[in-house]
Amino acid sequence: MFLEALSLQLGYNATLVTVGATLLGMAAGVGGTFLFLRKRALVSDAISHATLPGVGIAFMVMVAFGGDGRNLIGLLLGAALSAGLGLLVVHWLSTRTRLAEDAAIGAVLSVFFGFGIVLLTVVQSMTAGRQAGLEGFLLGSTAGMLRADAVTIALSAALTLALVLLLRRPLTLASFDPEFAAATGQNVPRTDLAMMGLVLAVTVVGMKIVGLILIVALLIIPPVTARFWTERTDHVVIISGLVGGVAAYVGACLSAVVPDMPTGPIIVLVGFTLFLVSLLLAPGRGVLAAYLGHRRFQRRVHMRQGLLALAQGQPIYEKLTLRLLRRAGWTRRDGVPTQAGRGRASRALLDETRWQLIRRDPSFEAAAAHYDGLTPIERVLTQDQIAEIDSRIPAPQGVAP
Amino acid sequence: MTLVLAAKDGASEDRSSAAQSPLQVRGMTVSYGQKPAVFSVDMCVAAGSMTAIIGPNGAGKSTLLKAALGILKPLAGTTEVFGKPISRMRDRIAYVPQRASVDWDFPTRVVDVVLMGMYPQLGLLGRVRQCHRDRAADCLRRVGMEDFEARQIGQLSGGQQQRVFLARALAQDADLYLLDEPFAGVDAATEKAIISVLKELRDEGKTVVAVHHDLTTVTEYFDHVFLINTRKVAEGPVRDVFTTDNLQAAYGGRLATAQTDQLHATLG
Repeated sequence: MFLEALSLQLGYNATLVTVGATLLGMAAGVGGTFLFLRKRALVSDAISHATLPGVGIAFMVMVAFGGDGRNLIGLLLGAALSAGLGLLVVHWLSTRTRLAEDAAIGAVLSVFFGFGIVLLTVVQSMTAGRQAGLEGFLLGSTAGMLRADAVTIALSAALTLALVLLLRRPLTLASFDPEFAAATGQNVPRTDLAMMGLVLAVTVVGMKIVGLILIVALLIIPPVTARFWTERTDHVVIISGLVGGVAAYVGACLSAVVPDMPTGPIIVLVGFTLFLVSLLLAPGRGVLAAYLGHRRFQRRVHMRQGLLALAQGQPIYEKLTLRLLRRAGWTRRDGVPTQAGRGRASRALLDETRWQLIRRDPSFEAAAAHYDGLTPIERVLTQDQIAEIDSRIPAPQGVAP
Repeated sequence: MTLVLAAKDGASEDRSSAAQSPLQVRGMTVSYGQKPAVFSVDMCVAAGSMTAIIGPNGAGKSTLLKAALGILKPLAGTTEVFGKPISRMRDRIAYVPQRASVDWDFPTRVVDVVLMGMYPQLGLLGRVRQCHRDRAADCLRRVGMEDFEARQIGQLSGGQQQRVFLARALAQDADLYLLDEPFAGVDAATEKAIISVLKELRDEGKTVVAVHHDLTTVTEYFDHVFLINTRKVAEGPVRDVFTTDNLQAAYGGRLATAQTDQLHATLG
């Protein structure tokens, strides 16, 4: 069943939902990246909650003009307008008053959302129009998704991707170094506005599938996940798009297979799983890698300290050091160095002496930056350079010419 | 480059030197809330000079620079670069912000930061080609950071980060270099590397303006000074303007006796 879903063979509606969700996931991942890098992730929460009054008002207006009231384009337009208004209020509050941005976000989010709920309640009690299903915008509903809806989502996703491609340099500069960006003549507030516009578009389009409460997860989880895997901005954008796409694709398929499973929340949970895996297992920035790296480092430090102590005939008190030395065969059970251990120790001492010499010499600055007390000097200097260093070692420890 | 025409009389000489000034600021006032940080400051940087902007903490040194560049919105004041409004001369300016102003955990490598200096020239969609990479490598070589190209910027020391910022400014290939506290919190090797690059720039005929806080190195590093304490105190060649009287006027009681003595010794 799940395999059929993955290969899009589970019927017309399920296929539409899956394709639409995947495109939305990619667009949200890409669009959310710069929001995350600009450290404005929470603004998207204000935007999404501010859509709700627009939905209610759009419904009423369309009914008043004798329409269906559930026309998706009309509802999304209303959502976009009120979200845009919410965004402007947040911007105005945080730049023109003494309120900080987080307080402004909190205020706008709750007031707009509360007002939206009131409007939806009024709509529920209206006799005209077919209001059933309007509350689906809260948590998303994919049951009645039409071909036109999928096409709308696909077009918006394509537009988002194109815009990010076009604006990637201004967006990167504004996120990393807004002062420098301004000094080159870039209009940073306008760049921010464009970024917010992107996020707004994704939010409004994604409401139908994941709902306005959870759309923020699709904007934030993918870039945060992607950040674990790379140190390059462009790669964060690409990986984030992939994470968002995969999460939405797998989530949509899962919810198609299991009866009565809501699509949006499942997508978010799949995204969270990817995040968790990255958090734990990513090389470099992951928790496990950090832990193992720390342990490995600790052992190497102990080993090195132990060898240096042996070479200089100093006593060793640390139990871990003693154990490591013994296990490596450098010392005997009673702590006396073995033949091999003595050789190893004097090599460690020579290495350390060389390092101290190049660290004092500014012409070796780049190489000296690799000093961590552990890396053998052969790994950063050529044989010629080492010979040159050795010629500076004072006589007693010097290497015979 | 345009040539400075020999002037016939004093008045026109005055006008032409102003027209040629790489950085001319008029009536600049910036305030945070109701308190002006910079008040009605005029500044006329001499072409081909190395100018230090000095003054006590909170005197508005960085604020003046940022307002002149349009990074901060001033209450009043205009900036002209090489005699034209700054908005048309952006491509002739390079800027090095304070190191503390950015997030060093940002996902970007040393070489990417240097390439940012070429963004205005690359435009929105221009491809980064081998020639751009070569130029980035050249800029890194000039500041002695060529071995660090592929490092994430957060793995560098403070001094190395500052040199990467300078390399990015070099990549901007400008005629006017503006630096905000380039020597703040850097090691001695970096300070030496930066000052030698700046002197090279001056010898190539470029103009360098830096916010500076270390009075003891002013005479050694710079040929012009601009003294500020919210208002302009003095401006001109180091030997005329960097005097204990002017410093006293700029710093007031904030210059410790030990510092004044030391300066007396330096200035003779």
